[in-house]
Amino acid sequence: MRMIVTDEDMARAAAGGDREAFAALLSRHYDRLFAFAFRLMGARDQAEDLTQDICAALPAKLATFRGEAKFTTWLYRVAVNAAHDHRRRAATRARAADGWGDWEVNRRAGDAETAEGLDWLAQAMRALPDDLRDTVALVLGEEMTQADAARVLDISEGTVAWRMSEVKKRLKTLRETEDWP
Amino acid sequence: MSDDDDLTRLSKGLKAAAPAPDDTAKADNIALAMKNFDDLQGSADGARLTSEASPKGAFVKGVAKMFNTLTSRGAMGATTAIVAVGFAVWVVMPNAPDTLSLPEVAPLEEVVAPPVAQPQEMEEADLAADAVAGLIASSPAPKAEMRTRVLAGEMAPTPIDDGYAQPLPDRESFANEAPNPLKVTGEEPVSTFSIDVDTASYAVVRNSLSNGSLPAPDAVRVEEMVNYFPYAYPDPDGAHPFQPTVTVMETPWNSGTQLVHIGIQGDLPEVEARPPLNLVFLIDSSGSMDAPNKLPLLKQSFRLMLGELRPEDQVSIVAYAGSTGQVLEPTSAGERTTIMAALDRLSAGGSTAGQAGLQQAYQVAEAMSEDGEVSRVILATDGDFNVGLSDPEALKDFIADKRETGTYLSVLGFGRGNLQDATMQALAQNGNGTAAYIDTLSEAQKVLVDQLTGALFPIADDVKIQVEFNPAMIAEYRLIGYETRSLAREDFNNDAVDAGEIGAGHNVTALYEITPVGSDAVMTDALRYAPSVEQQDNGELGYLKLRYKAPGEEVSILMETPILPGMGEVTSDAQFSAAIAGFGQLLRDGKYLGDWTYSDLIDLANAHKGDDPYGYRAEAVTLMRLAESLSQQ
Repeated sequence: MRMIVTDEDMARAAAGGDREAFAALLSRHYDRLFAFAFRLMGARDQAEDLTQDICAALPAKLATFRGEAKFTTWLYRVAVNAAHDHRRRAATRARAADGWGDWEVNRRAGDAETAEGLDWLAQAMRALPDDLRDTVALVLGEEMTQADAARVLDISEGTVAWRMSEVKKRLKTLRETEDWP
Repeated sequence: MSDDDDLTRLSKGLKAAAPAPDDTAKADNIALAMKNFDDLQGSADGARLTSEASPKGAFVKGVAKMFNTLTSRGAMGATTAIVAVGFAVWVVMPNAPDTLSLPEVAPLEEVVAPPVAQPQEMEEADLAADAVAGLIASSPAPKAEMRTRVLAGEMAPTPIDDGYAQPLPDRESFANEAPNPLKVTGEEPVSTFSIDVDTASYAVVRNSLSNGSLPAPDAVRVEEMVNYFPYAYPDPDGAHPFQPTVTVMETPWNSGTQLVHIGIQGDLPEVEARPPLNLVFLIDSSGSMDAPNKLPLLKQSFRLMLGELRPEDQVSIVAYAGSTGQVLEPTSAGERTTIMAALDRLSAGGSTAGQAGLQQAYQVAEAMSEDGEVSRVILATDGDFNVGLSDPEALKDFIADKRETGTYLSVLGFGRGNLQDATMQALAQNGNGTAAYIDTLSEAQKVLVDQLTGALFPIADDVKIQVEFNPAMIAEYRLIGYETRSLAREDFNNDAVDAGEIGAGHNVTALYEITPVGSDAVMTDALRYAPSVEQQDNGELGYLKLRYKAPGEEVSILMETPILPGMGEVTSDAQFSAAIAGFGQLLRDGKYLGDWTYSDLIDLANAHKGDDPYGYRAEAVTLMRLAESLSQQ
């Protein structure tokens, strides 16, 4: 007998008003969601805002979950869309809200090697436009296949492949500039 | 170091960088989610918070806004044919980069997993609680060689129901509060609210009525209907970025009460001087545009934008794919009906072949512009835009060359996940234009309306209104609309409390219905045991205070003026806004309207249409007639 309750079952139950299922689902995925939010935004405070954003809207959104997709795919999609909205709101308010640009606040002092690696990371992420960042966060950060990333982003697999090659090109360009760590 | 090492390094970095969530924030967020979950089970109302004292206030409002956007999108989606894509067959080219002439194509070795299972099977499989495994090893990664795969419908990526693209049948309950009740001045003399420049509710109402049904009462937010219409209120004199004008007038639906009409006109810097616009819309009508958030949204967006154009502006439409060729000769923007009719004739279908369309659009644009005028081609597409990508450099040169001769190019993206969004950006940049992405009508409002008038920037932030009524003069009052925007009395002076913004050129209208002391329309009896209040009988009806912050500032500025009997000139604008307020109340809950009917409403609105250069008001009257006949059924 299998006692495994799938995410999808729980999500459907939660969509139907099952409070415990919702709580379990959320606690199961919260850490992953936060980490993903961080990879999308690149700054802790923004990742926290985004996670809060998603948590607040999740109950209403979940009501539309029909189990046609894997719950995690669906959740990543919600997160990417929320990040999209988040950035757009920030942009229309004309506030500089480039998370990866605010990287300094996240710098971990003390460990020189780590700091250097993180500097590199921030510089790399900063060099990418939003759509490429989203793609990178999914494919490299979450280790998703290009097919799954394509589902999350609602684009073709070919576009994901193209975006990744674009990322590669941009990183190469960066590497060839002088003060590249 | 090789290219792939870069990706490996980036992957490692990303995995290492994410900090652990903060425990307090986690607990808070989960609590918030649970609260919203519980709220949703009880009632869908109350999602639209406006008065928030918490530091995260702005964010809560953002979510509320999101709900509203969803609501209107849902309504839009519901009325537009949703095309089933079950048998859609399309060609997937895993190395699309080749078609873009980008030399380096190499999928990532590190993510290539053995084909464990087809996606479909995976979805049906019982996934273990740890879904990470599922994410890592799901479907095969694409191979590197060029290949063409024809996918049958069942293999096609399933549209994911994330709430953005789906109508929300059960969640259709609109974000709204109960209509503002009558207040007794002696008990509660102060009324405080945040301004609201949204107009989404009007679009929803229009959508319902146009489709033959009365809107759900909660879909009606009266202030958004009123604020949908442009009014010519007196311009600011320079001291403040906007100018409030107070008019005291007779109430159309009640002879025993009066209306206090507060009309706010935002400053519109410099756009008055702009030269006429020559716009050529190059519209993708390929089959992929046949989704509620694409061609239909484009049409709605277009309608919004037309309102911002002037009669001396010229508009032409060129379509490619489904309907092809020039579907609208250059036409004055004042001829709204002609333009909208041409747009309505567009239908999506066929495949995309954009290059000829682009060339034709440029030809039309060049023919339209006279000396010194700027023409602009606005390409509206979902990204499946084949503009001869075999030679993108030549295309960029073509566009850049046209820019030099005074024809600019902007790109509007519709629908999520544009296949060639980078291409779109590149095209627009070369064309001296912007690439904008439109996924909701409010986004269209921002991009096509606000941006068009050079008014992307807010001129005043956190605009709050507080009115104190004089109990010696006013027995009762009622704020019409703004239910979802009410603020606590003390929030007015609290600069930490967020409120609405006014953008350049915006109009905002607020209406109070007031019942003078001694009027036979007073609905409440005086209290027998209430202590008598010392009343100031200085002839003022009340006192209006506004607070706003200059954009970017932290400290608010106060504006104030007494409200005097009979003040202000009763203009057609004021009358028409009162008519729309009446319309909204009839649609919602006409309990304060007595025996006032749609027929009275239509007479009033017709009498005060003014010159109505864009046909908005005429359209409103049409909607009123529709509502009248629907309400009689």
